[in-house]
Amino acid sequence: MKIQRHGAVLGLVAAGALLLSACGSDNNTGTGGNTQASSASNVECGGKAKLKASGSSAQANAMTRFVTAYETACEGQSLDYNSNGSGAGVKEFNGKQTDFGGSDSPLNKDKGEYDAAKTRCDGSDAWNLPAVFGPIAITYNVAGADGLVFDAATLSKIFSGAVTTWNDPAIAALNSGKQLPADKIVVVFRSDESGTTDNFQKYLEAASKGAWTKGSGKAFTGGVGEGAKGNEGTSAAVKGTKGAITYNEWSFAKANKLQIAKIVNSGGGEPVELTTASAGKAIEGAKFKGEGNDLVLDLKSLYATETAGAYPLVLAAYEIVCSKYTDAETGKAVKAFLTVAVTDGQKGLEDAGYSPLPTAFQEKLLTAIKAIA
Amino acid sequence: MAEEVTGSSPPAKSNGRRRGDGVFRSMTTGSSLVIVVSIGLIGLFLLIQAVPSLNANNINFFTSPEWATGEVGNLRFGIRDLLVVTVLSSLLALAIAMPLAMGIALFLTHYLQPKLARPFAYVIDLLAAVPSIVFGLWGAKVLGPALEPVATFLNENLAWVPLFSDGNVSLSGGGNIFTAGIVLSIMILPIITAVSREVFRQTPVMQIEGALALGATRWEMIRTTVLPFGRSGYIAGSMLGLGRALGETVAVLIILRSATSSSTFSFFDGGYTFASKIASAAPEFSEPLSTGAYIAAGLVLFVFTFAVNALARYVAGRGKAKAS
Amino acid sequence: MTATLTDPNRPAQAPAFQKISPARQFKNYLAMTLMGLAFLVAVVPLVWLLFTVVSNGYSALVNGDWWSKSLKGVLPEQFAGGVYHALYGSIMQALVCALIAVPIGILTAVYLVEYGNNGRFARLTTFMVDILSGVPSIVAALFVFALWVTTFGFETSAFAVSLALVLLMLPVVVRSTEEMLRLVPDELREASYALGVPKWKTIVKIVLPTALSGIVTGVMLATARVMGETAPVLVLVGYSRSINFDIFGGNMASLPLLIYNELLNPEEAGQLRVWGAALTLILLIMFFNLVATVISRFSAIKTK
Repeated sequence: MKIQRHGAVLGLVAAGALLLSACGSDNNTGTGGNTQASSASNVECGGKAKLKASGSSAQANAMTRFVTAYETACEGQSLDYNSNGSGAGVKEFNGKQTDFGGSDSPLNKDKGEYDAAKTRCDGSDAWNLPAVFGPIAITYNVAGADGLVFDAATLSKIFSGAVTTWNDPAIAALNSGKQLPADKIVVVFRSDESGTTDNFQKYLEAASKGAWTKGSGKAFTGGVGEGAKGNEGTSAAVKGTKGAITYNEWSFAKANKLQIAKIVNSGGGEPVELTTASAGKAIEGAKFKGEGNDLVLDLKSLYATETAGAYPLVLAAYEIVCSKYTDAETGKAVKAFLTVAVTDGQKGLEDAGYSPLPTAFQEKLLTAIKAIA
Repeated sequence: MAEEVTGSSPPAKSNGRRRGDGVFRSMTTGSSLVIVVSIGLIGLFLLIQAVPSLNANNINFFTSPEWATGEVGNLRFGIRDLLVVTVLSSLLALAIAMPLAMGIALFLTHYLQPKLARPFAYVIDLLAAVPSIVFGLWGAKVLGPALEPVATFLNENLAWVPLFSDGNVSLSGGGNIFTAGIVLSIMILPIITAVSREVFRQTPVMQIEGALALGATRWEMIRTTVLPFGRSGYIAGSMLGLGRALGETVAVLIILRSATSSSTFSFFDGGYTFASKIASAAPEFSEPLSTGAYIAAGLVLFVFTFAVNALARYVAGRGKAKAS
Repeated sequence: MTATLTDPNRPAQAPAFQKISPARQFKNYLAMTLMGLAFLVAVVPLVWLLFTVVSNGYSALVNGDWWSKSLKGVLPEQFAGGVYHALYGSIMQALVCALIAVPIGILTAVYLVEYGNNGRFARLTTFMVDILSGVPSIVAALFVFALWVTTFGFETSAFAVSLALVLLMLPVVVRSTEEMLRLVPDELREASYALGVPKWKTIVKIVLPTALSGIVTGVMLATARVMGETAPVLVLVGYSRSINFDIFGGNMASLPLLIYNELLNPEEAGQLRVWGAALTLILLIMFFNLVATVISRFSAIKTK
């Protein structure tokens, strides 16, 4: 008797769940999600209706925009992007769990990732397409000292513990006329493994002319300071800690209204403020080291840029795709998605803290995307 | 008590009934077998994955505070700091939660009117309804900064106690074991309370009335009847709480800042617990050897929790023997 | 003693009710005060936390779309869409998990208390349940990943999450059930046996119903625990911003996963969604607790 009554209650819960499942809707069109839609690009829609991709969280917010643009341009088509980290992105792509991967670094030949990807693509090459660029902001918390200037060498000293106070001569030399307190510098770094850390350290390595000796990698190697989890963690830590300095994705720096530093690039000259234009300038000048349509960037050329007015600290995130998909339907959909991503999808990227693709770069990507079969 | 239960046996009966018994019995045995086998599989899997990495480790696994698994050719990982942070935060949590839980459980079962006790108990159960990720958000964004003055006060005035000496992260923002331990204590409070409450409530009414009839005050009645009766359940509940504190992942991950220098055995240290260390690297589990290092840490946590449980069982068992 | 001999009017016994000494009284009141305080101390963080979550998140919930729409096509900075997709995922994953874990857990507890006889296998099982309760959720998730995805070759899916949750739910169910079964008075069993009722029927009809209120409390606490788990969903299923009803394939959102993903969204709308989803998750789990309370009330009346 009693058990039956409990069964009835459980049944009620189950029925509630089922009832719930009847009234949900994916339709958000009335809400203005598609206002930016325009069919400027001639996209060939079609193929697999629901694509799956995963990887770098640095490009997650850009992906959301790309997906929205894709769903608008190609009715009925959709894509799920799972931001579970670059490592997982490559692994799941190579394991055929996803249709393409997102990663902060291109496939690594030494680790056998190229070969694994080739196997996954049934013998065709895999291509790395740098479709998302996210500037990294140097953010800090020093009252009354907006727009501080750093160069790679000084940053190296701060992030390796050689410079420990804000009024250190190394900082003062770049910031004449600014009030610098004698406070201790609290270095905040990403405690989780991340492409942001990796790119920041690669930048220090490439541009500091030997001042950074700690190497690079996804984990912070500077040996000073304290770590916080994720961009949300580091930006919160800087906001709440006097004298703190860290590196953030631009979007988080802007959203938390943190003080953002200017950077003197490897060409010397005027300090460069982080803007879409200054980051775009650095991207334009970047060289490739991949062959053909495999657009692997030569990061040294990006980070050690000598172009006046170019902001060098930009993270490049790749989409890793097969040059030829065995399943033609998948290939068609991937092609359509990427085409939308680098054209319509670029609108509004700036607001999300990314740097839209410069035109020359966009064309290069489109050529590669067209070659996907 | 348990022995008595299993000691009494039903009358021997006809074949049909025996078949029903047989089926039911094998169902229960089968379920137990499922648990035993799955644990065996987990243990086996952890061991298989951990051993190659442990063999490739270049420093002492147990005594080194270093953790560098980025280069597969040169793995350097040790669990000293993970152990320290895990133990400190969990013990702090338990030290706060255990007395509180006992007080609350007694208050609910033996002081409040049953009518009032139900909604009051529900209030405590509400704490269990808060998921760990929300505790993490709240701990990092609200409680941590609010505790900063308390932490500073303790640090300045009680620095001679090693536990309150300077830690390896800054006090500002509260990303230290102190905050994490307090959040953990709140998280494990409902579990300990719920279990204790159920056990305290089951105290035989005869005993309670007997004690009161002999002129005992309410507190004396509790001390002489409820507490001895409920002790094993209370300890079991606390151990459930400790288990949760030891293995708590996301909340600790969000709250604790990590440090570059090794632990100083202070509540004002930052760092990782076993679980948060594993979770922090979970998205990057692609290289088997580096992953194995984290799995080895998981294995230690596993063994560690087991040791705690075994100890608790021993204590609870002794308490039971004394009470009867 | 000597006085009684000289005074014939004195009663033969001292009066039964004597005043309680001040020291004992003081201790009694002190204990009561401390217990009341303990309760208040526990309420402070609860109120504080709930206030934070509600004040930051309630404005998300009052939007009608919140409960009926997904986030498909919603831009990061847009205040639109809802968490229907995640709500469905959370409920489904927990229900599937409970469907597997509760029968196994209760049967195991029955075995331990009624059949195990404290024998070798029973002790082994107890030991294993102890170990299982020490398995951190992230390790359980890794194990299921290795078993379900790497070894068996299945896709990551909501069902894989449920499997990992089963491992986390089992020890809680077993332990609370076991504890409750042991508290069922022996007299009940013996009375049933004396009436010639077979053992299995005694267990199903007498022992389990008597212990039911405690068992349900344990099950609901376990459900509450697994619904808030973040680690398994991080490893075992991808996040999707649209609705997916299929628990065996494809990405499926759940509330913790949605919170974790929206944390990556620096915009104000993202923060609102984080706290809104947190509030939704709390409400959802509260609902399950409420159901538990109602159920245990039914059976509590019947047994006493």
